[in-house]
Amino acid sequence: MRHVQFSSICEMIPRLTWGLFCLLGLLGLSACRSSVAEASVLSVDTSIDPEAWVVIPAGPFLAGQFNDQVTLTHSYTIMVTDVTVEQYTRFLNQALADGFVKIEADQLVGFYPGDPFHGAKHEEAISPKNYPFVPLNDPASPFTFDGKIFAPRSGLSNHPMTNVSWFGAWGYCRYYGYRLPTGLEWEKAARGIDGRPYPWGWDLTKANANFYASGDPFEDMRTYGSGTTPVGFYNGETYAGFATLDSPSPYGLYDMAGNVWQWVSDITPGMHYRFMRGGSKDSYPPDLRVWVTNNATPSYYGPGTGFRCVREP
Amino acid sequence: MLTIRQRLSYLFGSTKGLILVAVAMIGLETALFGMLSGPMAELGVRDWIVRSLGMQLLPAEREGRIIILYHTIAMGVIAIETYIITALLKMKTFLRTAVRTLITVGYLVAMISGMGFAYWGHNWALHGLYIAGLTLIFFAGVLLCIALWPWDRAYFVTTKAYAHTRNGVDLERVAFFTTALTTVISALFGAVPGAYFGNGFRVFLAENIIRLPEKTGFQYAVIGHLHIMLALIAIMLTLIIGRWLDFKGILHKIAMPLFILGTLVLNLGVWGVVTPLEPIAHMIIYVGATPAMLGALMLVIYGWDELIREGSQGFVKPNAIQKLRALLHDPLRFGPLWQMVFMNFTVSGVGIFVAVRLDEIFRQWPAREERLILTGHWHVLSGIIATIILLYYGDMIGLKGLVRRLYGWGVIVFSDLAFAAVTVYELKRLVVSESAQQSLVNTVLLLTDIGLGTVLVILALILVWRLLDLFRRQGRWAEEAQQSDPALEVKA
Repeated sequence: MRHVQFSSICEMIPRLTWGLFCLLGLLGLSACRSSVAEASVLSVDTSIDPEAWVVIPAGPFLAGQFNDQVTLTHSYTIMVTDVTVEQYTRFLNQALADGFVKIEADQLVGFYPGDPFHGAKHEEAISPKNYPFVPLNDPASPFTFDGKIFAPRSGLSNHPMTNVSWFGAWGYCRYYGYRLPTGLEWEKAARGIDGRPYPWGWDLTKANANFYASGDPFEDMRTYGSGTTPVGFYNGETYAGFATLDSPSPYGLYDMAGNVWQWVSDITPGMHYRFMRGGSKDSYPPDLRVWVTNNATPSYYGPGTGFRCVREP
Repeated sequence: MLTIRQRLSYLFGSTKGLILVAVAMIGLETALFGMLSGPMAELGVRDWIVRSLGMQLLPAEREGRIIILYHTIAMGVIAIETYIITALLKMKTFLRTAVRTLITVGYLVAMISGMGFAYWGHNWALHGLYIAGLTLIFFAGVLLCIALWPWDRAYFVTTKAYAHTRNGVDLERVAFFTTALTTVISALFGAVPGAYFGNGFRVFLAENIIRLPEKTGFQYAVIGHLHIMLALIAIMLTLIIGRWLDFKGILHKIAMPLFILGTLVLNLGVWGVVTPLEPIAHMIIYVGATPAMLGALMLVIYGWDELIREGSQGFVKPNAIQKLRALLHDPLRFGPLWQMVFMNFTVSGVGIFVAVRLDEIFRQWPAREERLILTGHWHVLSGIIATIILLYYGDMIGLKGLVRRLYGWGVIVFSDLAFAAVTVYELKRLVVSESAQQSLVNTVLLLTDIGLGTVLVILALILVWRLLDLFRRQGRWAEEAQQSDPALEVKA
């Protein structure tokens, strides 16, 4: 009798499995709720100045995963932190006022002069026209817009600007006479000349950078997941009981690993994708190694993607 | 001393013993090195393992470590398949012994020294041994091809129930031979670029270069190699399952030519990526994959039909529920075929969907999101292959009654739970945005961990049971060691 009952249970198992898969689907739908933008954000002043710039000298450095000897023949100046929400909303207000950008449907667009098209497999043409800089109605955006004025969401003014496309990053830099760094410029600024894998040195701990499940006060893995940390957060101070290690690059840049992926300017012939560097709050540790790249279509924007600019010294 | 010698003779001299050793080695490797990533890393277990075992994990060497890890696990799986093939198919005793000896020494040396090299500092002697191990496995493959030569009259079919040519050549043996031969050639296809990149240790993971518009021939060869090797392991396992279930009749006669044709065309397509055929290589691969998958479908139809027929013998005219009960009665024989069907939802279906909508959907996502699909779907395929082997192994070692059902359904349900959850995780961007994904991510990762964790616990229980059995004077091992007919060794 017991055997018979057990058989029935066994035969129910495949049905239960399908039930579980259906449940998975429902969970997927129910998951479309809480986001970091809806969560209240801890306000932290890191005392790292987002307006600061630093000069990176010309000369050789060890680039890439295999430490290739590369020489940059020019020096350049790069921002110490990512562009913040405060800085970007200031730009949006100015740029909207003087016509550099305009509103089209539910996004802010600006003109981009286009790239050469090579007709390679999977390549999409980037022709001269308006492209999206930022979405206007995305709840994940770190700013608000009341129809006239852009403003940082509460507590996010000194966080890195996110939900910005490559065009939006390019446009910001161009508006102020700057430019996006090339991949090599970005990497030298991140690791210096000694071939280290992380901006601060040779090992990664949860006190060095903001990455997936790194335990910083801006993340709650049970609800909204990982949030951005204010620029310069990993400066050796303790915030809300979370002790950080001072983790600048050899040239004094902050957040060159983790927090947000950073758009760089490289354009590869036959490829419309744009590259990002540094890993983000949602990355696993291997993606925080300084040579790792990510890429996306230039109109892509996401809550883990930001940028910083360079200018001539 | 005699006692130890008897145990060693069982473990390294009998088919079941050899398979037990390989399953245990892969299980140990998976359990140990699986703790270096995923939830174990988040919980801090990784750091503890690294410190306790004195591992030396330089960040720049991660890709190289992973490549050696994948290869050593794959070598263990290939060894298991080889043990079963050399048991199931008739061949000269000398060749059977030679193949088994070479592949056993090969995979053990490759696994132990390869992992030693990769995770405990770069001891070059270990690297040399790793390469030597892989070389031995290669030669075992060459010998296996010789042993399987289907045009030897001694191996012609004796009953017309099996696919054969007019002359009597066993087409199933031709399918085994074709798969073994193309596996050996495809191993070389990876070994050549492997030597090139490995020599300077400028390794890369294929999923990281997919969007590069220009790839070198060697890069294409690496991408082709990893795809075809997994496909060939899967095809060989399908043939093995067919032999185990005594696949025959009209479906067998349709399926075998499909397997042979599919395997050949599939390989030609993959090898074609380094030739001027590259622009149409994917099309050739699809053309090859289709008949191979149709062959597997024939096996599933045959196998399930047999299960239903056997299980409903007591009924004059069984109804649908009685047939379903008969089908599901034995999870160890139902499971391998079910896993082949399930693979279509979690691997083939996903792959085709991604290929069809690549530019419209998937290439609009960041590369890291696309990479999740790539790594996820081949991890699932590897996992499905492993579960099919485990289900067959459960039957082979004679699990019966309640234990058989618990083991069988446990492996099927929990592995499929994990694979389904991984599939949802890979494709989550279709249904949820980055900023709102955490609840879904938490849920699917939890289900994945529950699924994989339970399968590993089930495997561990079986292995502990078999380990304890080895301490018994007249345990199962002694009984299994007595079996002298190789074909019967791999049957319950």
